Amino acid sequence: MDTDVAALTTVFTEFYYWITVALMFLIHVGFCMYEVGASRRRNHMHTLMKNSMLIPLVTVTWFFFGWWIYWAFAGGPGITGGIGHPAPEFAAAYTPWGESMGPRLDDRISGVFWAAFLLFAWTAASIVSGAVIERIRSFAFWIFAILIGSVTWSIDAAWGWSYGGWMVEILGYHDAYASGVIHAIAGGCALGVLVVLGPRLGKFAADGTPRDIAPHNPWLVCIGLFMIYTGFWGFYVACNVPIATAGFIDGQITGATQTATTIYLTPTTLGAITMNFLLSLSGGMMVGYMVSKGDAFWTYSGGLAGIITASAGNDLYHPMQAFIIGGIGTYLAYKMHFWVENKFKIDDAVGAVAVHGYAGFWGLVIAGFVLWGHPSSPYEGFAAINPIGQFAGAIIMFWVLGFIPAWIVAKILAGMDLLRIPREIELLGLDFHDNQEAAAARQDVLDAVRGHAGS
Amino acid sequence: MSTTPIETWAVDLKDVTFIYPWVGSEVLMAWVGIILWIAWHVWQLKHENATYAEKLAKYGDSDTIKKAAEEHH
Repeated sequence: MDTDVAALTTVFTEFYYWITVALMFLIHVGFCMYEVGASRRRNHMHTLMKNSMLIPLVTVTWFFFGWWIYWAFAGGPGITGGIGHPAPEFAAAYTPWGESMGPRLDDRISGVFWAAFLLFAWTAASIVSGAVIERIRSFAFWIFAILIGSVTWSIDAAWGWSYGGWMVEILGYHDAYASGVIHAIAGGCALGVLVVLGPRLGKFAADGTPRDIAPHNPWLVCIGLFMIYTGFWGFYVACNVPIATAGFIDGQITGATQTATTIYLTPTTLGAITMNFLLSLSGGMMVGYMVSKGDAFWTYSGGLAGIITASAGNDLYHPMQAFIIGGIGTYLAYKMHFWVENKFKIDDAVGAVAVHGYAGFWGLVIAGFVLWGHPSSPYEGFAAINPIGQFAGAIIMFWVLGFIPAWIVAKILAGMDLLRIPREIELLGLDFHDNQEAAAARQDVLDAVRGHAGS
Repeated sequence: MSTTPIETWAVDLKDVTFIYPWVGSEVLMAWVGIILWIAWHVWQLKHENATYAEKLAKYGDSDTIKKAAEEHH
């Protein structure tokens, strides 16, 4: 920072990522409101704590190994390069004892960049949290939170969401705002857990007909979703590199023009993603309202599904494309949610598999057709975006890195009787003891007040 | 004497790198953190199991469960 321009560029970039972190905190606030609102009164505090405690657990594990995985695994390892490919110096610097993992005056960006990626990790874990409420053990959920937050999402980001990722190089994979690398993987992970965990007691009738376990507080659910929309702005902006020069992109882009880029270092603008965010949200809300016949929960969720579907290509789409793609994704997510629920008796309490998993999956596939032939990277030799690469990417995100690891871990935990809470506790409600204590305390105070009033 | 590498700020900042205490002990600090993290999970698992056992002992009779189910909300 020995020139005014260098100082401004550095401090701007540092502040830019810092703001995204503060905004993305709102995603977590929203998820907590949403989940507590969707749970029954007997399970509120357990639901809140289950989601809240993923914050410290994913944070420390992201420090210990999640961030290193991102920088170490871009080449597979063993597909396009070894550990640390294409920049082994970064992988070395981001071990928990690495030289870029503590405060230093000559590196002002690593800490905020680390934090922005961490907030993505919280989001991935929090998506899973909603699906499994009211019957999963806290211990088990936090294992899944670490699995997706600090291991599998980190691997998928290394593979498909970095400038040197092997999926980008070989498949031409393009997922600028994380349809797959956050949402499809989280949906797949949630489904892998749900298959083993089973439905909440009373969710299905004896003949298999699903019952609607209504949220105890629809207002809280919807405001929570609104809060997630707000935090999503930070998520989108954090997916960009705010200012990049030709030199930063290794001279691959010629000339002196500076630009914002995606994580792949392909040029885009904040204006483009702002318009497309809003249009895909609109397409999703309009279709969500229509297919659910005005149901508030599915209208808000539809907005989210719309953004998620269009996110893979929202750096490039025309706003009308984002609008239509958002609507298509929401329609598919809604229909698939109820089809899977009926067919496979899956109790996804908040529709997370649909809104994140199915919408993210189809978003990747659609981007393969709409962006067919567009360069996935500024680097020579990388495949262009194409339908087969995007479809393969969707399979890798949802099934290979989402569903399968979660299903295996769920099986292991179930085998050790550590996955699901005891049946009697589920019948009583997870907060039963605390509610009894609170009722007794209220009665005690009431008796005392009555005593004073009578004396 | 300073626990950080900084003895004075009367320096050219372009020459300053690390500013945190105990530079050189990063590996030890990381392992302390990792041990604390794993220990927390061990404690939490025991606590969760003990809590369920306690609740079942106190409220696990069929009458209480039926009453709780009737007040289900």
